Amino acid sequence: MSGQAVLTGIHFINGDEACCEGALAAGCRFFAGYPITPATEIAEGMSRRLPEVGGIYIQMEDELAAMAAVLGGSWGGAKAMTSTSGPGFSLMMENIGLGACTETPCVVCNVQRAGPSTGLPTLVGQADMMQARWGSHGDYEIIAISPSSPQEMFDFTIKAFNLAEQYRVPVMIMADEVVGHMTERVLIPPAKGIKIVNRKKPSISPKKYMPYKPDSDYVTPMANFGDGYHMHVTGLTHDERGYPVMDSATQEQMISRLVKKIRNNAEKIIDYDAYHIENADVVVVAYGISARSAKRAVMDARENGIKAGFIKLNTVWPFPEKLFNELAGNVKAMIMAEINMGQMVLELERCAAGQCLVRLVSHAGGAIIKPRSILEAIQATLKESS
Amino acid sequence: MSAQRRKKKTSQPHPQDELLRTDRLPHIWCPGCGIGTAFSCVITAIKKSEIPLDDIAMVSGIGCTGRMAGYIKLDSFHTTHGRAIPFATGLKLAHPEGSVIVTSGDGDLLAIGGNHFIHAARRNIDLTVICVNNFNYGMTGGQQAPSTPFGAKTTTSPIGSPEQPFNFCALAAACGAVYVARWTALHIRRLTVSITEAMKKPGFSFVEILSPCPTSFGRRNRIRNPLELVQFYHERSVIRNNIDPQEAALDFNNNLVVGKFVDTERPTFLDSYRLINRRELGDWPALEPKVPIPDKQVSG
Ligand code: SF4
Repeated sequence: MSGQAVLTGIHFINGDEACCEGALAAGCRFFAGYPITPATEIAEGMSRRLPEVGGIYIQMEDELAAMAAVLGGSWGGAKAMTSTSGPGFSLMMENIGLGACTETPCVVCNVQRAGPSTGLPTLVGQADMMQARWGSHGDYEIIAISPSSPQEMFDFTIKAFNLAEQYRVPVMIMADEVVGHMTERVLIPPAKGIKIVNRKKPSISPKKYMPYKPDSDYVTPMANFGDGYHMHVTGLTHDERGYPVMDSATQEQMISRLVKKIRNNAEKIIDYDAYHIENADVVVVAYGISARSAKRAVMDARENGIKAGFIKLNTVWPFPEKLFNELAGNVKAMIMAEINMGQMVLELERCAAGQCLVRLVSHAGGAIIKPRSILEAIQATLKESS
Repeated sequence: MSAQRRKKKTSQPHPQDELLRTDRLPHIWCPGCGIGTAFSCVITAIKKSEIPLDDIAMVSGIGCTGRMAGYIKLDSFHTTHGRAIPFATGLKLAHPEGSVIVTSGDGDLLAIGGNHFIHAARRNIDLTVICVNNFNYGMTGGQQAPSTPFGAKTTTSPIGSPEQPFNFCALAAACGAVYVARWTALHIRRLTVSITEAMKKPGFSFVEILSPCPTSFGRRNRIRNPLELVQFYHERSVIRNNIDPQEAALDFNNNLVVGKFVDTERPTFLDSYRLINRRELGDWPALEPKVPIPDKQVSG
């Protein structure tokens, strides 16, 4: 158990390995998973690294169990995560809903491959984006972020844990096969240079503790198993005491807080990078691996004298509504580049609310989007809008 | 209730109140149901175990028995249908000092949760799993379960169940559980002793409780009267400690074999995890003889 949690230095590793190192640096000490391509390297990395730092790795019998164990691990006081891809992500949905309902901090990394069903197990896709948001039944909100490089797999995994702990919510890392498997330079800073957020703990006596009574930020302090608070945690609709109450008023109260917790904190949660969006005629929006193709296409367009801008979504859920609603009033067109048949573009359209053209450049999966396709889309869209 | 009796009630709390969320009472269980008795045995066993209450958690799935976690005044988790065991696995491994009890029904633990049951027993996760077997899905009105006896009527086997049930105790033992016992909800003393022993036992312990469900099961099988159903279980049960649980298949026409079937030792998942990761065992297959060998199974 003498291993170092933070491997400060410069490394040449793939995205999946960088995810493991980010998790350890964030304080993750519990991983429950099930092997699946192209996320297997995360499970492999955690099985090697966690015992070195006194953590627990357990390979469960399926992803239903993996997600359930992650929730249990979190209530046991550990920062807990799992990793998976399409088919496993589908199985995890049940307990992601339990995580949202019981406000359990945890991280799920989905290294997306092309689906549906078994699809293209070894090839890239970005078609689980709506599933990340809506995949479990009922109303709830989660947070999802999307890394575009091994460096971001490291950085965003830390960010995912921090957001999970701060907002007591399952956080999805929506990676993809190319980002997971590509090997690049990854800089791991010294431990003291890494910002770590830990869950709020109750400061009042167990007698007075109301496990679901929120502070002003809609988040409730969380007692772990063994802290002496004797709290009740249930997936049934519950009141501030955590007790099940089967009526519409309690449902309203619980769900509206779960939703407000994310929506009313959205400005603090949302993160994106913008290039040349001032005075742009057309703005390309992308996330994950597609953001790299998009950036290249925008640079090429600008070299050709086109006033193109680019927004890279680091946070995909909650979607930056305000940003795009305002931007749509200032540009001729916005283009979403994503490897699916049109998912996040629907959000873009909703936010644009008819103020500008919204177009999609995409395909069904199995390969990245070529910068040339995006450049052509920029040119065609501009023609259409003038 | 007279004023006098009410007064007496407030001045003399029930000895189990300490472990009950009394502000949640009355409970939802039907009159004549065995779950109340089983729950009371669990509470007594918890007290007898002398494990500090802050160190005990109860995890349950969905169903009538699953509601136990809502009434116990401990860290308590009411999870999704079938997933109590994997949730409890995470809870225990992240907080190994804690003692984790899983309480749920036969449908939850052994139909939808069957795979988790098998693997938690195989890994020897240190859990106390208490299964209240009422031979049907009680909460949803009495559907067929993996425990429903062949020919018994349920709402989804209206003429009679065409399936063979399976023997949970034999399954638990075959998968590697270190403690396996079965009692009816009427064997209050023996059941309580078993639950205490199971809690103290490091590793995967399994206690099955045969429990009358007059509302959903008895009613459809011509034993409508709760007392009659209780007597039916009691009269047919025979105690045969230490037998191979394979020989303890439930047979309602002859007898319902109960008893303590397995009480043995085997390294828990965490013991083995730590041992392996300290690299003290060398490389496979040479490590095998060095793994602590369990005592001969009592049931053998
Ligand atoms: S339905 Fe059956 S098992 Fe459920 S509480 Fe009623 S009697 Fe008990």
